[in-house]
Amino acid sequence: MYQKIASFVTSSIAAIGALAALALLPSWSLVLACAVLVGWFSLTRVGRQAWSVAQMGMATLPQRPGAASVVVVGIAGVVGVLVALLSLAQGLESTLRQAGTDDTAIVLRAGSQTEISSSLDRDTATIAGEEPEVLRDARGQPMASPELITVASLPKSSDGRPANVAIRGVEQAAWGVHPDVRILAGRRFTPGLRELIVGKAAAREFKGLTLGSSVVLGGQPWTIVGEFDSGNAHDSELWADVDVVASVYRHGSNVSSLTVRLSNAAHFQAFKAALAGDPRLKVDVSTTRTYYEKQSEALGRMIRILGTTVAIIMAVGAVFGALNTMYTAIAIRTREIATLRAMGFRSAPVVVSVLTETILLALAGGALGAALAWALFGHYTASTLGSNFSQVVFEFRVTPALLAAGLKWAVAIGLIGGLLPALLAARMPVTSGLKAL
Amino acid sequence: MKYLHLVWAAMLRRKARTLLTLLSIMLAFLLFGVLDSVRSAFMEAGHNVAAVHRLVTFSKASLTVPLPKSLYSRIEAVPGVSEAAYVNWFGGYYQTPKHALGGEAVGAGFFALFPEYEMPATERRAFAAIRTGVVVGEGLARRYHWKLGDKIPVQADIFAQKNGSNTWTFDLVGIYHVSAARLESEEYGFYFHWDYFDQASALGNGTVNWYVERVADPRQADRIARAIDALSANSDHETQTQREDAFAAHLISQYVDMGPIVGAILGAVFFTLILLTSNTMTQAVRERVPELAILKTLGFPGRGILSLVLGESVLLLASGGAAGLVLASLVVGLVRARLGAQIPLLPVGWAIWLQGLGLTALIGVLVGALPARHGMRLRIVDALSGH
Amino acid sequence: MNSLVEILGLSKVYIRGKQKIEVLHHIDLSIGCGDFVALMGPSGSGKTTLLNLIGGLDSPTEGVIAVHGQRIEQLGESDLARWRAAHVGFVFQFYNLLPMLSARKNVELPLLLTRLSALERTNHADVALQLVGLADRAAHKPAELSGGQQQRVAIARAIVSDPMLLVCDEPTGDLDRQSAVEVLTLLRRLNRDHGKTIVMVTHDPKAADFASKTLQLDKGTLVSTAQGAAA
Repeated sequence: MYQKIASFVTSSIAAIGALAALALLPSWSLVLACAVLVGWFSLTRVGRQAWSVAQMGMATLPQRPGAASVVVVGIAGVVGVLVALLSLAQGLESTLRQAGTDDTAIVLRAGSQTEISSSLDRDTATIAGEEPEVLRDARGQPMASPELITVASLPKSSDGRPANVAIRGVEQAAWGVHPDVRILAGRRFTPGLRELIVGKAAAREFKGLTLGSSVVLGGQPWTIVGEFDSGNAHDSELWADVDVVASVYRHGSNVSSLTVRLSNAAHFQAFKAALAGDPRLKVDVSTTRTYYEKQSEALGRMIRILGTTVAIIMAVGAVFGALNTMYTAIAIRTREIATLRAMGFRSAPVVVSVLTETILLALAGGALGAALAWALFGHYTASTLGSNFSQVVFEFRVTPALLAAGLKWAVAIGLIGGLLPALLAARMPVTSGLKAL
Repeated sequence: MKYLHLVWAAMLRRKARTLLTLLSIMLAFLLFGVLDSVRSAFMEAGHNVAAVHRLVTFSKASLTVPLPKSLYSRIEAVPGVSEAAYVNWFGGYYQTPKHALGGEAVGAGFFALFPEYEMPATERRAFAAIRTGVVVGEGLARRYHWKLGDKIPVQADIFAQKNGSNTWTFDLVGIYHVSAARLESEEYGFYFHWDYFDQASALGNGTVNWYVERVADPRQADRIARAIDALSANSDHETQTQREDAFAAHLISQYVDMGPIVGAILGAVFFTLILLTSNTMTQAVRERVPELAILKTLGFPGRGILSLVLGESVLLLASGGAAGLVLASLVVGLVRARLGAQIPLLPVGWAIWLQGLGLTALIGVLVGALPARHGMRLRIVDALSGH
Repeated sequence: MNSLVEILGLSKVYIRGKQKIEVLHHIDLSIGCGDFVALMGPSGSGKTTLLNLIGGLDSPTEGVIAVHGQRIEQLGESDLARWRAAHVGFVFQFYNLLPMLSARKNVELPLLLTRLSALERTNHADVALQLVGLADRAAHKPAELSGGQQQRVAIARAIVSDPMLLVCDEPTGDLDRQSAVEVLTLLRRLNRDHGKTIVMVTHDPKAADFASKTLQLDKGTLVSTAQGAAA
């Protein structure tokens, strides 16, 4: 008895280790393994034997729908949860990352980690924008955009509860620095007027942000004159003229940040050195890529850890379910397997047939889970409180890579769940198998 | 109860299967316990007993827009407000930017509003007396190995001092403790004097970020909140006053709405679990048909058979579920001990246990019902002759 | 001699698809108190069906079965279960012990339906095991016992609640000669010394010799009665 327990514990540990190892393997190795298996099935004598034994086993599947669905649904659950949570992290990270590039840089007050906690006076913004590394537009003006971030509260369209939305005050230079901001409908705001353009995610997430309507922010009425799409975190913001925002929110002349377009991404270090060397400036600078990556890091990592932990626990449970099913399957087929062995089939085909059956069931489960995750979350959006203390809306990104990762997990679970029962079937003495009822 | 050994014998019939099923159930309830602890940590944020006595007042325009300090005396005078204090937010870091600190510059009398922050009277007096004094939570002091009397240099994010220095140095004069385990995350506060802050800061201009009020009667909270907001109605600094717990819960829900995510995961887990255990129970009953027929032959009534099978499934679920919840308590306890309040986790309390055990009973009955009915309806003559 | 089992005009019809199969055809039969009756006949003659009807495991299509004055064909399923628990003991060809329970726990099973305390139940079970000569095997599981021993445990289980009637379906069908004789001797002792009325289906004439009376069934009809050699 104790020996049994000990062997069970060691095999469980081995199984978990194997699961981890498999999870780390790249996806192509899996395709390769499948190709090798198919080749073995069709080309070698033992392989063909194994395939016919596997077919016999799978022919009995319709007689045990309950047991087969335990494997399929169990694994679908693991893969579904894994893919959904990882696509959540992926969506968050790519939404924030796409806001950043290597050839734009963001200047913040020294020590500030985020725009909302930063404050630059206009002189600082002007001096930093005049540096030679900053690209100039056709009229010879530096492509430097001083921006003011403030936060307002608006009701969400989902439940009507107020949530924070970021308002970004910008100057004309912003259009050149952020070329990815495209007007979808309406027009740009007119400088000096209380006019707003709204990001498409913000328009969807918050109530009353429709084109042409009026909204009260900071105690003043604003007209929404346009809707824009940038494909990144700016989509969750409202944009307006910087001076109007400053006066409504009584911010004085300071801005939060300065974003500049560099003439070349390689000039960033020179730009950084120039700012550091100027005694008039007390600022920090980073490329927008670094800036936005840092912001998605913590939450993205938390979701990934949560997703992977939950998926591992569920995967171990699914392994138990698969073990259960396959032990039962073998118990039902004991006599059949023993007969095959008595007829001279070697153990390899028996082992492979049991493994093949489990892995095929697992693949079916993995495909089901991945499909469910894709169908349910493919167009799902979520939002979180970003570093500017305002909502960042992002989509779940169910990417092919994530779907492949899900299938990989499915195969790993099937392999582990099938291996022990397969070995049991292969080692079963022929005589006792024949006697079994 | 006298049937118990029969149920037990049935479970031991296929030890491997019972063990695997138990382990699956255990893992499902481990997830349930841990995820529910995360979820309730989010749900209960700000819901402490003292909080229902408190209101917070922010600028109506935005949380980031400051309010004049001149409101203070008028708020204090609002009937029903027993104490009030004002607070400025202060962001910075200790030693390296990785050690971010969220501090608060607080007006005199702030701690009178927070009775759950327990601190010796001598330390309270020291804080009142020392201009550069700071009071921190026990958790924060532990993390950075601070002790009373330490000088703590903090790099400010925004608030440089008038002398141009970005470094603020505080004297640690008090360390407070919070008894309630679920308020552990409150033990990371960093509080110093607003007067010192406003005078030394280059940006100091006599404004505050928010006010906190303590009301004598929580049932009057809504009326008092309206009265406070009326003070600044139609001015250029209109305010919005909310109960502190509602404010905190709302803030947290903006970070991440845990409910649907946790719900979806647990839904997937339990759907799978129900399928797995009901499959086990169906198998178990199917292979025991002859035995159940014998019991019926001996005169066991249909109800007896029903309760035997249901008993088995409920016992299976309950023991696996209890093991999972014990494991969840251990895991949560371990993680909390290791990481403290950095991650939102509440201890696995009686509410989670109650819910979990309720779930085991429910699922046990659910998965046992069909096989049990099958066993109950068994025709002895057919079952014995192997039909 | 007063009769224990009184059967009048008993018929049993099974319906398989569209086919009606009349397994028993208008049987009239009386079994006296203290009889040891062997039911014989070829396969499909209906002897097991008749036995199941007498034991209250099945209900007739037509006719009357009275056991000790109780019209059991009129009882509902749960009343019938209660009646079986109190009045009939069963012995089967394949023993039908619960494999996970010890001999003692198997014997104790019928007593779970009574109001006896745990201690009393164990005592009763031990007495029954002593009676069949297996007191020293009480803690063994069925798999650790020989076929003959298992059948004796089954007999102990059948008598532990002290029923008037024992119903045995091929009790020696799966046993070697030696064990069969032991089991039959035991049944005869229960009949003679303890006054149990026994109805036993068998196709073994040597087993039938232990009975006091032999009934022959053929195609659902009683064809003859004979006094057993042992009578």
